[in-house]
Amino acid sequence: MSRYETVLRSRTREVVIGGSGPFCVIGERINPTGRKLFAEELRSGDLSRVGADAVTQVAAGADMLDVNAGIPLVDEPQLLQAMLRAAQDAVEAPICIDSSVVEALEAGLSVYEGKALVNSVTAEDDRLELILPLVARHGAAVVGLANDETGIPATAHERLRHVRKIVAAAADFGIGPEDVVIDPLAMTVGADTEAVTVTLETISLIASELGVNMCLGASNVSFGLPQRHALNAAFLPMAMAAGLTSAIMSTAEVCVQAVRAADLLLGHDPWGASWIAAHRARVAAEQTAAQQAPAAAP
Amino acid sequence: MTDEEILQLLYEQTLVGNAPAVTGGVNDGLEQGIPPERMLYDALIPSLEEVGARFERGDYFVPEMLIAARAMQGALDILRPLLAETGNTGVGTFLMGTVKGDVHDIGKNLCNIMLEGAGFTVIDLGVNVAPERFIEQIEAHEPDVVGFSAFLTTTMPMFKANINALEKAGLRDRVIVMVGGAPVTQEYADAVGADGYSADASSAVKKAKELIELRRSRVPA
Repeated sequence: MSRYETVLRSRTREVVIGGSGPFCVIGERINPTGRKLFAEELRSGDLSRVGADAVTQVAAGADMLDVNAGIPLVDEPQLLQAMLRAAQDAVEAPICIDSSVVEALEAGLSVYEGKALVNSVTAEDDRLELILPLVARHGAAVVGLANDETGIPATAHERLRHVRKIVAAAADFGIGPEDVVIDPLAMTVGADTEAVTVTLETISLIASELGVNMCLGASNVSFGLPQRHALNAAFLPMAMAAGLTSAIMSTAEVCVQAVRAADLLLGHDPWGASWIAAHRARVAAEQTAAQQAPAAAP
Repeated sequence: MTDEEILQLLYEQTLVGNAPAVTGGVNDGLEQGIPPERMLYDALIPSLEEVGARFERGDYFVPEMLIAARAMQGALDILRPLLAETGNTGVGTFLMGTVKGDVHDIGKNLCNIMLEGAGFTVIDLGVNVAPERFIEQIEAHEPDVVGFSAFLTTTMPMFKANINALEKAGLRDRVIVMVGGAPVTQEYADAVGADGYSADASSAVKKAKELIELRRSRVPA
């Protein structure tokens, strides 16, 4: 359980990360990295897939959506704005504005209606000085990556040092710890057998020392391996038990179910109310489908 | 074991990433007089190329590629001084690094191994290398080729920044620039003004050799 509640808003909906509530699932799909067709469509000004992916992910259980416009050689601020408009028109879920380009974050925040999660800042001085004022001015929350210009620290304690720096810098700009969501950094286990162990240690350490909310890119752990969803689905509950409160992740059924099951098992879904409600909704949907199926046959 | 059996063992054990078996095989081979070049060109390099091909097809996964590369590296550590003695070097010097802001190195390291196997002298600057560091090292080593690696669309713009830094330092015409990494394309390489791009480690070797030859034929020594 985290000590803070990070509140994010869309035009119409409020989502809380942390506190005693359930895990926040942030859909990862609206990101052209590694999606050649999507990247080409976006480049040519076709934004139809943004809305479609937004609807699909929310239907699959996403509480929030990550939106990233990182395509080489495009006007990222402009594209990110267009994608954010499309996503906001398609769904009510609050959005995580994802870019490493400060101008793009600024452009994105200017068209976002609500309280966004800005993804991200690092512990580098120049990044903190550029991005935190922007976050403060727009009344947003920010994701802070536990690394700096020297790279990703190999140990949990070194990562914690970066986290303390980010939380302190945010406070200097009037951003409270409730609006700082730390990324403890998930690396691929396929390249380093100890990678996930370090991530889990980092999560535990940050949870006990600072109690801030945390969010990571969960799919990183399974990069380069077969049956990725199964690995992600095993990783998420472990990370949740260590203290992770949200993730940018796949909304594949096996992953979302693993998260919701862990919510119940870790006491974040009192009396299993959400778990049981999701079950009823699924049964009802199956029955409706079964009733419609014979009628549809000639 | 016959020479052929040892070469077969080197090929097969590199393919499955069995580093101790590969090291043992190389030592056995040397003991019975198999030329180092033969082990390299008839067993180790073809094996790592097969690893690359399997990865490309989706039959091999990242950890398998990494342990195969590690096995090859172990063999190269033994063979390198011997290859130098027989003059199997001098193909060129390749300065390599992952660009600033990026810490991914799997692909870069594979390229290094293939380049070394092919007779290049490789100087690896590691990850998160700032433009100033590239400049300083290019001035120090005067390589034939400098390779910039980036795994993220967000760090690819560093190619351009590095090339600009080279121009500013007056070094652009003195070194061949190659770029690579998962999201990089030929189109992007052209747009930033790189001399060469390759999609994988074995074609990086081919491309680097080609560019060096082209350059040597153009520039009178």
